[in-house]
Amino acid sequence: MNKMPETHYLNCKKGIKSWLTTVDHKRIGILYLLSIMFFFFVGGMFAVLLRLELLTPDKLYIDSDMYNQFFTLHGAIMIFLFIIPAIPAILGNFILPIMIGAKDVAFPRLNLASWYIYMVGALFAVFSLVAGGVDTGWTFYTPYSTTTSTSVISITLGAFILGFSSICTGLNFIVTVHKLRSPGMTWFKMPLFVWGMYATALIQVLAAPVLGITLLLLIIERVVGIGIFDPAMGGDPVLYQHFFWFYSHPAVYIMILPGMAIISEMITAHSHKKIFGYKAIAYSSLGIAFASFIVWGHHMFTSGQSELAAMIFSFLTFFVAIPSGIKVFNWVATLYKGSIAFTTPMLYTLAFLFLFSIGGLTGIFLGALSVDIHLHDTYFIVAHFHYVMVGGTVIAFLGGLHHWWPKMWGRMYNETLAKISCGLIFVGFNMTFFTQFIMGAQGMPRRYHLYDEAFRPFHAFSTYGSWVMAVGFCLMAYYLIRSLYNGKPAGNNPWGALTHEWQITSPPPEHNFETIPITDHGPYDYDKVVAKSTLTEN
Amino acid sequence: MSQSHSDHPEFLQHHFSDAEQQRESAKLGMWLFLLTEILLFGGLFVFYAIYRSWYPEMFINAHTVLDVTMGTTNTIVLITSSITMALAIRSIQLGRLKQTVWYLVSTFGLAGTFMVVKYFEYAHKFHLGQLPGHFYTFTGIEGTNPHVFFSAYFLMTGLHGIHVFVGMCLILWLIVKTKQGKFSPQYYTHIEMTGLYWHLVDLIWIFLFPLFYLVG
Repeated sequence: MNKMPETHYLNCKKGIKSWLTTVDHKRIGILYLLSIMFFFFVGGMFAVLLRLELLTPDKLYIDSDMYNQFFTLHGAIMIFLFIIPAIPAILGNFILPIMIGAKDVAFPRLNLASWYIYMVGALFAVFSLVAGGVDTGWTFYTPYSTTTSTSVISITLGAFILGFSSICTGLNFIVTVHKLRSPGMTWFKMPLFVWGMYATALIQVLAAPVLGITLLLLIIERVVGIGIFDPAMGGDPVLYQHFFWFYSHPAVYIMILPGMAIISEMITAHSHKKIFGYKAIAYSSLGIAFASFIVWGHHMFTSGQSELAAMIFSFLTFFVAIPSGIKVFNWVATLYKGSIAFTTPMLYTLAFLFLFSIGGLTGIFLGALSVDIHLHDTYFIVAHFHYVMVGGTVIAFLGGLHHWWPKMWGRMYNETLAKISCGLIFVGFNMTFFTQFIMGAQGMPRRYHLYDEAFRPFHAFSTYGSWVMAVGFCLMAYYLIRSLYNGKPAGNNPWGALTHEWQITSPPPEHNFETIPITDHGPYDYDKVVAKSTLTEN
Repeated sequence: MSQSHSDHPEFLQHHFSDAEQQRESAKLGMWLFLLTEILLFGGLFVFYAIYRSWYPEMFINAHTVLDVTMGTTNTIVLITSSITMALAIRSIQLGRLKQTVWYLVSTFGLAGTFMVVKYFEYAHKFHLGQLPGHFYTFTGIEGTNPHVFFSAYFLMTGLHGIHVFVGMCLILWLIVKTKQGKFSPQYYTHIEMTGLYWHLVDLIWIFLFPLFYLVG
């Protein structure tokens, strides 16, 4: 039977003040975990309420104005407050320094500041909720966003501030990876999670400032009317779209790259096999980061950019498929002849491979010009986006949360309930969103409150799916919280993995390592090193 | 842990193994931050480039209302302040504390001069109604949408001005810390980082000056 260590980062200092002033990367990770999960819950509530309203073609319980606000808030909260920060700020903060054998990130105070900046940004977003909501959609397109009477300023100001939080985290990770690796931790001995985080951080640092200036211009346009996006004053609303997508396309890779980073860790640890194509996966992360900056125009095929530009953007978009494909094939090859353990993280990994492949392939349809003209602004887009973002990033995040949960808290969750919950989420997700591919292909436009009777069965089925998912999430909340009290002590290395974080106690000591570890083998050398699992079967 | 503390200088944070690593990290972090600053201004430079290509005549006509003498003065003032900033870093490297303070005070003074000149320029334009967007009431400029020129002018010089102001606060803080003897030839990271920031602020002005004052 495993025992919990006597002192660790959770109990070394006590009291709420010790948490609010902490510069320990692990505690900051936990602060982020609590706040980000809260907003995941809020965003999720809006999703369930939206699906409920769409159960019938006519009004069920909210009017169209309210409906517009609901989908805007669902999108804005999920994007800016949940999915962008989720993996880097929670798991990245907690795991990345330990993985490279460091005692902390390079700038611990900046790390804490990023959490406070996040909370201030979140306050502005919440304020817009209270002050009458926003109905522009999460993209805040002009000219509507500069003329609507809803509280656009506070939510865009919120997103502007959240951008700085994201920059702080990204900047911190880049410097940490460059300067704080322990002896022997060469670039190609770094776990692939670190490579993924590094690529993500590059995008955060390079793209978020552009969002900052864009939202600032939008706010100034709205407050004083400088005319930059207003055609009546010689401005151009399409310029806003260019600015916005120059950030927001790379931003979707800020969302998916960390998910891919987690999958690389889980797939090797739970099949006890050396990763197939380490360098290819590492470089493909950088490849995706690079490609993300040259494809933004594919969001604007119907907004009147030049035909030549549209053709070039369409062509470049297909390039994204190459590094993504490299990753998927390498992951599948890793499983081949591995000793696969069907643990909860492994189930999430397999779910990811299935769902991300569908999401990625439908992205190719949308990148093709002529097909996109037909599918633009339909539920097909909604389904594609959710397959990548929920089926990809959220599933990977949940898998990562289960993978590192024993490290964070030192205790195991109930494996049976975890598997049931994973199954419910997988089935519910496909019910909700696969239906939307069919609807979209048949012409159901997105963001419509009322719809044609012919789409009723699809919408109804999609709504039932959202309920199945909701039950899965509630079950997860139940067993995860319960595990904190009476979970079985996990021991140092429940999965028998080889990366540094599994060689220290669970939960880790305050400064991670007694002595700085020396890396003498690769992160996935399961063929050379055998780590004993501390998870006792019963 | 405990035995290694004895040879740890006071300024060294616990997660770094030596002063060199700490300094290198700070430097890389600062360069990355400067990169984000360039991208932030980059959006505005794109704004400028697009509208100038749409209304080239108007931009040439509108720039004539800017005061080239004041602009040139400010350019000289800022470049000089970059020199004094660089000299402040050299002085602290040589351990000359008094000289460091003196150079920092000069830099602060020059930055203040820049802001005062800028104030007179702004006040003049407010007076004449040469303002962005809806607030534009001036009538002496020929061409389409002259208010766009002033939108760009006020946004770009305004954001730059905010950066000068932040720089002044940082320099003031450095003066206090240097007087308290917090810095030495072994540890002067804050002065060096502020120096990097200050040079970037100057550099942006060196681009703004010809783009607005010397068009045509």
